[in-house]
Amino acid sequence: MGRVGFAANAARLDGDRKQVIETGRTRLMIAGAVFAAAFLAVALRLVDVALFSDSYEPRTARISADERMRTGRADIVDRNGVLLATSLETASLYANPRMVINPEQAAHRLAQTLPDVDAATTLAKLTSERSFVWIKRHLTPQQVHEVIKLGIPGLEFNREERRIYPLGSLAAHVLGYTDIDNKGLAGIELQHDEAMRTRAEPSRLSIDVRVQHVLENELADAIARHRAIGGAGIVLDADTGEIVGMASLPDFDPNRPNTIVEDVRFNRATLGVYEMGSTFKIFTTAMALDSGRVDLNGGYDATEPIRISRFVIRDFHAKRRWLSVPEIFMYSSNIASAKMAVDVGIANQRAFLARVGMLEASPVELPEVGAPLVPQRWREINAMTIAFGHGLAISPLQLVSGTAAIVNGGMLHAPTILKRDGPAHGVRVVSERTSERMRRLMRLVVEKGTGKAANAEGYLVGGKTGTAEKTLGRRYSKKALMSSFIGAFPMNKPRYVVYVMLDEPQGTKETHGYATGGWVAAPVVRKIVTRIAPMLGVAPVDEQAREVQERLMVNLNTVQAGVRRVAAH
Amino acid sequence: MSAFTRSDTSVVGRWWWTVDRWSLAAIACLVGFGTLLALAASPAVAQRLGLDPFYFARRQFAVIPVAAVIVFAVSLMSPRTVRRLAVVGLVVSVALLVLTLIVGMEIKGARRWIDLGGFSLQPSEFVKPTFAVVCAWLLASGRTQEGFPGSLIALGLYLVVVALLIKQPDVGMTVVVTVVWFAQWFLAGLHMFWVALLLGGGIVGMVAAYLFLPHVTSRVDRFLDPSQGDTYQVTTSLEAFMNGGLFGRGPGEGRVKSLLPDAHADFVFAVAGEELGMLACLLILALFAFIVLRGLARVWHDNNLFVMLATAGLLVQFGLQVLINTGSSLSLIPAKGMTLPFISYGGSSLLAIALAMGMVLALTRRRYGQELA
Repeated sequence: MGRVGFAANAARLDGDRKQVIETGRTRLMIAGAVFAAAFLAVALRLVDVALFSDSYEPRTARISADERMRTGRADIVDRNGVLLATSLETASLYANPRMVINPEQAAHRLAQTLPDVDAATTLAKLTSERSFVWIKRHLTPQQVHEVIKLGIPGLEFNREERRIYPLGSLAAHVLGYTDIDNKGLAGIELQHDEAMRTRAEPSRLSIDVRVQHVLENELADAIARHRAIGGAGIVLDADTGEIVGMASLPDFDPNRPNTIVEDVRFNRATLGVYEMGSTFKIFTTAMALDSGRVDLNGGYDATEPIRISRFVIRDFHAKRRWLSVPEIFMYSSNIASAKMAVDVGIANQRAFLARVGMLEASPVELPEVGAPLVPQRWREINAMTIAFGHGLAISPLQLVSGTAAIVNGGMLHAPTILKRDGPAHGVRVVSERTSERMRRLMRLVVEKGTGKAANAEGYLVGGKTGTAEKTLGRRYSKKALMSSFIGAFPMNKPRYVVYVMLDEPQGTKETHGYATGGWVAAPVVRKIVTRIAPMLGVAPVDEQAREVQERLMVNLNTVQAGVRRVAAH
Repeated sequence: MSAFTRSDTSVVGRWWWTVDRWSLAAIACLVGFGTLLALAASPAVAQRLGLDPFYFARRQFAVIPVAAVIVFAVSLMSPRTVRRLAVVGLVVSVALLVLTLIVGMEIKGARRWIDLGGFSLQPSEFVKPTFAVVCAWLLASGRTQEGFPGSLIALGLYLVVVALLIKQPDVGMTVVVTVVWFAQWFLAGLHMFWVALLLGGGIVGMVAAYLFLPHVTSRVDRFLDPSQGDTYQVTTSLEAFMNGGLFGRGPGEGRVKSLLPDAHADFVFAVAGEELGMLACLLILALFAFIVLRGLARVWHDNNLFVMLATAGLLVQFGLQVLINTGSSLSLIPAKGMTLPFISYGGSSLLAIALAMGMVLALTRRRYGQELA
């Protein structure tokens, strides 16, 4: 090999080295590109953070001043801006037991200063091993001053906020209440919990406190008079679906949430579902008229009770003859209503009730909403009993909103507890003509039928009574009644629907021992309408005026129809 | 600037005409920023520690001239001298690294420092540049000299150094050394199969660190889900950049330095963001990027494999430290303590970086017809 071999070797090595350097250069470019990209990424991130992120610290003091002004949880106001719920800043007393020098003395003096602080429990707290114990939440400024004067080391105050309901128990079930940490537990407080925590503007309800007060006042009065176990009342704007007043008694004081027991928390107006009884005939009759199967001149035979499977359907005010449609409604005939429903058809009945919102829970903005109890299979017997309000349990609010649609010209509006900003959009459920005829029939009930006691002079109240026997176990009870009246006024152009229900009322001497809707609930509606109509700007009219009479008159057709029927035989 | 004429053949004169003066200027700018920020950031930290307000600033100012001398002196060296310096430096610093495990001061749970009477030395800082140069020599020799097992020696050396660093423990330093070592192998023409395998191994290693090292787990978890735990440092750092905006609040006017324990070291970039503003930060980033990319571009023309590998290794180390530090401050990556070259407070770090950049300047000087075998 010698020199030649060495030279060849060196040349190969030289070639190798060139090759290696070339590879290195290529890869150096890759490294450079990676670095350039990484530096670019850091630079972009820097620009993003410095210029385009929301600063944690505001650059001006204006916003923070704003924050200080508002107390945490947003207010609740009624439709006219009257304050229903607000938040006040309070101080809560806590202790760091490790820093309390003389627990016995401290407990003793705290018990002397604060009325509901007990010396023994406080001593137990102050001698515990923890470094934080609550002594008392939400002290008054006076109490804070007293505690500071005691000069006990280890006691501290924590600024908290407390929910205050200035009107006490008024509209308690609508408002709901909060726990000690201001977390909504019921009513609109729970429904709007998130919004009220985060937003400053108050929740504006559709409630009018004046109407609410009248409603609760008259309802409580009636419950006391008839020794009822409870009651419910609703005033609804017939054209918008806004709930102007809604009460459920017994109620509670949301200012003292620890005193609220299960029984008073129950909202009978929205959560309770009941078999409504005869008030349901509003829907049966409207359905029959709207379907065209029958008109105001038509009627059904109510001579004999209906026997179907093991049930017997009877009339409470039995006339034992053929009845015209107005008579059926006025005398509240179960037999004829059942026939009316069968005549329209089972499927049609179900579809109609679904349309007026009877088969689904009310869409109102409250957490306490009861779902209706709908029969699983809709047979003939179901159709018949549902026709007069048995075998289908709904909440009073469903009944009220459905009735509003029947009387207001036929438009169903979703009921709302919040004040509407714009016009309400409804869904047509019956024709104008059906609605107009139903208004006449409902006025007839108050003028001449079972609802005479509801007649508030000049306000043209129309309505329907309802008396349902409550089911106790699996039987209906004759003694335990749900007596109600649903009305609307003024009947020539209804503005408001008013509903009153008493739970297990007892008859009195004035009602001759009767506890039916016409005797116990209808008078309450009269009193309520008399008091609220002036507030709501509804002027009284002369009921005997010709144009009024013309708009609301109903020809009972008893004789004529009877003759026609005889003639037809 | 024409203090030296072209015909000046003195050592300094030749140096002036052959050294990369642009990189030198960039380094000088960075030292200037570092001085400014040492004055701005460190008094707050010193005060919080109950020290004289200018305690850190004074110490840093004592080191800066030394660093300048090192940059200058090392950049005068020829590649061969640089290599020898690196070998000696590596031997000494690895020995000191072993010593830390025996007599080191334990600070915040790690043994990284040796007390030299008033000045604590962090040997691992010096391991980084010297290791990079020695590795470059081993790999280059392995490539160019028949029968020299350079790659194997480099691998063994790497394992020793990493074992010592993990023992301290110092994960950040381990990552930097590993990346530099890998980058050099890559440039030395490592077969793509091994590149892929090592990249995969790196990913596996990172996942393993996440799974088996509890403080890495918590750091990464907090990065991925800031609501989950304490992200005080990173949140405060980001706030600093937001408060600074485009032009900053003015030197000394920031408040992040009084909130963050490491404002003068690991989070000095946030102090810059708050006091000097986004534009100044972009300028600092640009200076760093310039030094790295210009250095890489300069060795691109070099025909010497050792010079290419050594320079690239040193620049990768330099650039990586910048990226990790700024990325942590901006919450672009999980927070990892890493000094920002020339700007962060820290004597060992500054001297080591001076050494590294001195070497880079030495290696990137123009050499006409000179070859280093």
